Amino acid sequence: MSKALNLVIVGVGGQGTLLASRVLGSIAGQLGLDVKLSEVHGMSQRGGSVTTCVRMGETVHSPLVEQGGADFILAFEELEALRALPYLKKGGSVIVNTQQILPLPVIIGAEKYPEGILTRLRGECETIALDALPLATKAGNARAVNTVLLGRLAKSLPHEKALWHRALEETLPPRFLEANLKAFEAGYAL
Amino acid sequence: MKELLLGNEAIARGAWEAGATVSTAYPGTPSTEITEELAKFSEIYCEWSPNEKVALEVALGASMGGARAICCMKHVGVNVAADPLFTAAYTGVNGGLVLIAADDPGMHSSQNEQDSRFYARSAHVPMLEPSSSEECLLFTKKAFELSENYDSPVMLRLVTRIAHARSLVQPGQREETPLKPYEKNPRKYVMMPGFARGRHVAVEAREKRLLSEISALGLNKIEWNDPSLGVICSGSAYNYVKEALPAASVLKLGLVYPLDVELIKEFAQKVEKLVVVEELEPFFEEQIKALGLPVSGKEKTGLQGELFSRKLGQLFGAEAPAGPAETPNLPQRPPVLCPGCPHRAVFHVLRKMNFVVAADIGCYTLGALPPLNAVDSVVCMGASIGMAMGLEKARGRDFAQKTVSVIGDSTFVHSGITGLIDLVYNKGNSTVIIVDNSTTGMTGHQPNPTTGQDIHFRAAPQLSLERLCEAVGVQSVKVVDPFDLAALEGILKEETAKDGPSVVIARRPCALLSREKKPPLRVKAEACIRCGACLRIGCPAISMGQGGLSIDPALCVGCGLCAGLCPKSAIEGGTL
Repeated sequence: MSKALNLVIVGVGGQGTLLASRVLGSIAGQLGLDVKLSEVHGMSQRGGSVTTCVRMGETVHSPLVEQGGADFILAFEELEALRALPYLKKGGSVIVNTQQILPLPVIIGAEKYPEGILTRLRGECETIALDALPLATKAGNARAVNTVLLGRLAKSLPHEKALWHRALEETLPPRFLEANLKAFEAGYAL
Repeated sequence: MKELLLGNEAIARGAWEAGATVSTAYPGTPSTEITEELAKFSEIYCEWSPNEKVALEVALGASMGGARAICCMKHVGVNVAADPLFTAAYTGVNGGLVLIAADDPGMHSSQNEQDSRFYARSAHVPMLEPSSSEECLLFTKKAFELSENYDSPVMLRLVTRIAHARSLVQPGQREETPLKPYEKNPRKYVMMPGFARGRHVAVEAREKRLLSEISALGLNKIEWNDPSLGVICSGSAYNYVKEALPAASVLKLGLVYPLDVELIKEFAQKVEKLVVVEELEPFFEEQIKALGLPVSGKEKTGLQGELFSRKLGQLFGAEAPAGPAETPNLPQRPPVLCPGCPHRAVFHVLRKMNFVVAADIGCYTLGALPPLNAVDSVVCMGASIGMAMGLEKARGRDFAQKTVSVIGDSTFVHSGITGLIDLVYNKGNSTVIIVDNSTTGMTGHQPNPTTGQDIHFRAAPQLSLERLCEAVGVQSVKVVDPFDLAALEGILKEETAKDGPSVVIARRPCALLSREKKPPLRVKAEACIRCGACLRIGCPAISMGQGGLSIDPALCVGCGLCAGLCPKSAIEGGTL
């Protein structure tokens, strides 16, 4: 079971969490592993919290990563990282984009956006915080935040970089590839 | 080479490989992607039908005409299609007919979590349930075979976690299935009492034959392990059982109706303790209890929501891994109307005018959430108009003047038209607002009869809502741009005061469809008095922080709705 890897990818509907999971699916394919992804379609895509699970290993039955089961949480937004924290396995890591997107109850003043999220995360687990948006913009595509995060994830995993490059080539439309490869490298270099 | 496919994509692939040539559907989460995928195959005629009833009737006609046909819908769609379904069970088929019903335990995108398995049982049609994308493909092909072998429509049940999960699939080749000859056969296809009695006999006979041949179908399998615990399960529950109870012996049912009674008895005899693990209703459990076998299930697993491996493990005494504690009272992040959404303007006006609002199913259901809080009821596709009529008949003419129904263009065509006819015919007085955003929004922008495009986005005859409403006898039909707030308010005031039913078509394309993005608006900090008027429309682009009001330029599409509400003209750059 040493090859088994469970990830939870969280963010806000529309942030591109599905693309990140497909790249990971391609990695599993190249490694010859069984793999399942659980995606969110429909209502939650309208700016709600979204959770995507990726599981790979010798044999995978359930497509879901549950509480205490994730080796990594890849969070596109701080509040969503905190919400997803119970999914983390003991010894697991959170990779979090330091963007904050205010949910509607906060916008209308009914609730408050929590303070000190990174401190709370750091108190619980290895927390890798990065500001992915400027890196993505510098790489040539502001929407490549997901690839910056994947680059940082790749650095924490033992697989060769060539595997990731192939996964990006398999998953992305060719016209977006160059900027995304740069974004990946920017994340990897952190 | 294996491909990583969504369950829904694998169903489409299976139908293609099985030689299907006709596919019909009304979009509905979690079933929509099946038909979107089918539409990519040039060998298959595909349509978005106006509703699920029509979809199934077209598919049945195609089957009678000798083609293999597939019809896809979400669980509540089967309610709409139930009428043809129960009689299609009598007529049987010519070419294979497969009906996909996608259930939504946990209600990720639905108004209830009904269990479609009961339809198979009460209509007496076989039902299959896959556990993975691979099985989605194989079972779809199998369903066509069964349909033709047993002269019956065959249902295939999905749940969200199968439909929207990706797993590895070995795709195969398409086998062309020649069109079967068409022969007139009224005793099989004209279901009047004298003929239907004969067909009911045939239904019972074919089910008996299927039961006698059930083991040869290879859909159910026992996975022997420790005999001290035996679990009967299917679909997504099988995945959770394998994960949570790896030592247990498992009877996995691929055919969930009719039940393989002999196999269940054999399994029950050889295990010490027998349990059923199934999401939603005790469908297997009650039938197994009726066989006189000692079995338990629902007293542990309950009727509601999804099961999950961890919860299942805990129920059976396993130690569940724990993650860091949940942080209490985190702000929720519900789905919201998009920036620039035309529905926002309608709900802003309705709340301002303090109407009782019977709404419907679509993106605009979100008008019920804070801060808009503008909706009183949402029940099912098309219900809004009937609900408003009932409110009037209960509370009188004056109440009708304070009541409106709100329904989208696609939902209106789906099943609002008959409600409108009732409103006219039975002398109702309420006002119907058709929020026409020129698409089927929530399910991902499928064309519908009012958009002038077919499933392939090619030109199609366009249904005129105005002329339709006039034709059913509505005397007053008005069209308004919802972003013209004053006009919208004026028309609503006028129309609700009138005797007789009115229709107001609030027409503006979905913000995600209109390609032009205007420059984002800006706040003039010195002019803003922080009154919060712009915040009450619930636009995700506007927020009030420590430094005052701000508009996120990445989200704002420049629709200008907020600027029009500002009493101090402190929001600039927008044009309405």
